[in-house]
Amino acid sequence: MVTHIETELSNLKIDLNEMWDLVISQVKESRESLMNFDKEAANEILFKEKIVDVFELKLDRDCENIIALYNPVASDLRLTLAVIKIVLNLERIADFAKGIAKFIAKSPRESINPELLISAQVEELLTSALAMITDAKTALNNENSRMAISIFSKDSLIDQITRESNKIIGDYILKHPDEIDEALNIYTIIRKIERMGDHSNNIAEEIVFYLEAKVLRHNKAARK
Amino acid sequence: MAKIETRDVNLYYGDFHALKDISMKMEENTVTALIGPSGCGKSTYLRLFNRMNDLIDNVKIEGEVLVDDEDIYRKGLNVDELRIKVGMVFQKPNPFPKSVFENVAYGLRVNGIKDKHVIEETVVSSLKHAALWDEVRDKLHKSAFELSGGQQQRLCIARALAISPSIVLMDEPASALDPISTAKIEELIHDLKKDYTIVIVTHNMQQAGRVSDFTGFFYMGELIEFGRTVDIFTSPKKHQTENYITGRFG
Repeated sequence: MVTHIETELSNLKIDLNEMWDLVISQVKESRESLMNFDKEAANEILFKEKIVDVFELKLDRDCENIIALYNPVASDLRLTLAVIKIVLNLERIADFAKGIAKFIAKSPRESINPELLISAQVEELLTSALAMITDAKTALNNENSRMAISIFSKDSLIDQITRESNKIIGDYILKHPDEIDEALNIYTIIRKIERMGDHSNNIAEEIVFYLEAKVLRHNKAARK
Repeated sequence: MAKIETRDVNLYYGDFHALKDISMKMEENTVTALIGPSGCGKSTYLRLFNRMNDLIDNVKIEGEVLVDDEDIYRKGLNVDELRIKVGMVFQKPNPFPKSVFENVAYGLRVNGIKDKHVIEETVVSSLKHAALWDEVRDKLHKSAFELSGGQQQRLCIARALAISPSIVLMDEPASALDPISTAKIEELIHDLKKDYTIVIVTHNMQQAGRVSDFTGFFYMGELIEFGRTVDIFTSPKKHQTENYITGRFG
């Protein structure tokens, strides 16, 4: 017999997966629109951002209702609490994708410095962030805490590339002071991608909390 | 020293093995909730502590049951004295067909206390302790049956407290009450904890979460898991506990 709360939690997961797929597609599209400087694709991202917000509100309300009506405990409670936080982090990730899209859509330029994009490894960074978000989704659906924990090392890699990229951009500005605007735009984009990694990390922590009842926040030693 | 302790307790009703190797310790001034599906043995376990099971035919008990470090099943133990120390409140309010005052005074009188002032003082303080005084101060000499169900249950708690127990056993004390009366009983349990050690059997999982410090989960006569209530309800160690408290079985 399936209990009411099982049905509710199963529906919650379905909606969460839909939101997750949308956020993954927003990040993927932001990568494509950036690399091709495609304003039309960027505008599409801006439009879809509103759907992400609707998902956030709906899932928040669903979690509130589950807590109020079904008094979840143990793993049910942990899942509900984890979903609230995962949704928050997914929404922030989508916000950063929107930030990248906004830069492209509103830019008066028709292209972005390809040489700097490549040397600053922007595409690699976005691909890594995308892998983290996708892995987190798989980890939750397969209830695989090892996979969730593996996300932390991917974030460290993003942090490392970010540091290298920042140095490359600094050097570029010194050599091309007339292109400082362009360089700073790329620096800002890298910051957004780095933040996407941080939010994916947060999601991974919530997945481990749900699956193992372990709190990894502010506890680097426990992540190994 | 634990206030209550059981060591490898087994209890049989004839051939039926109702409690299996139960070892548990309950500290003074704590509330322990016993949960589990019907027939799991939690009420049987509760009734060990005031030897209520003795009243049932064909009961055999093995192991040790200690209250204040004293084996309460040893030969020569005075059961009446034990029941002064260990009060009990039942599922349905069961006031005597007497006045409110006499219900609370009853235990004192049968224990030989005759001093009018002592009885009066104890009745008032017990009613206050049971959070009932303000509601019955003008009805002390009316029949207890004129009170609401929730008031009757608090009267029974006052009656139990009047003889100064140090342990109060409660067998589903709020299951027959409306939500407001239930909330009052739960607040009362919370307040009583500072003076008494309380063991409560409940089918209401949320109630166990709200009122108790420790929770024991029983299933088919076994103590599956015992621990801090907050741990049992957020991250139980055993699958059976998880399945029961999340409503997957039982």
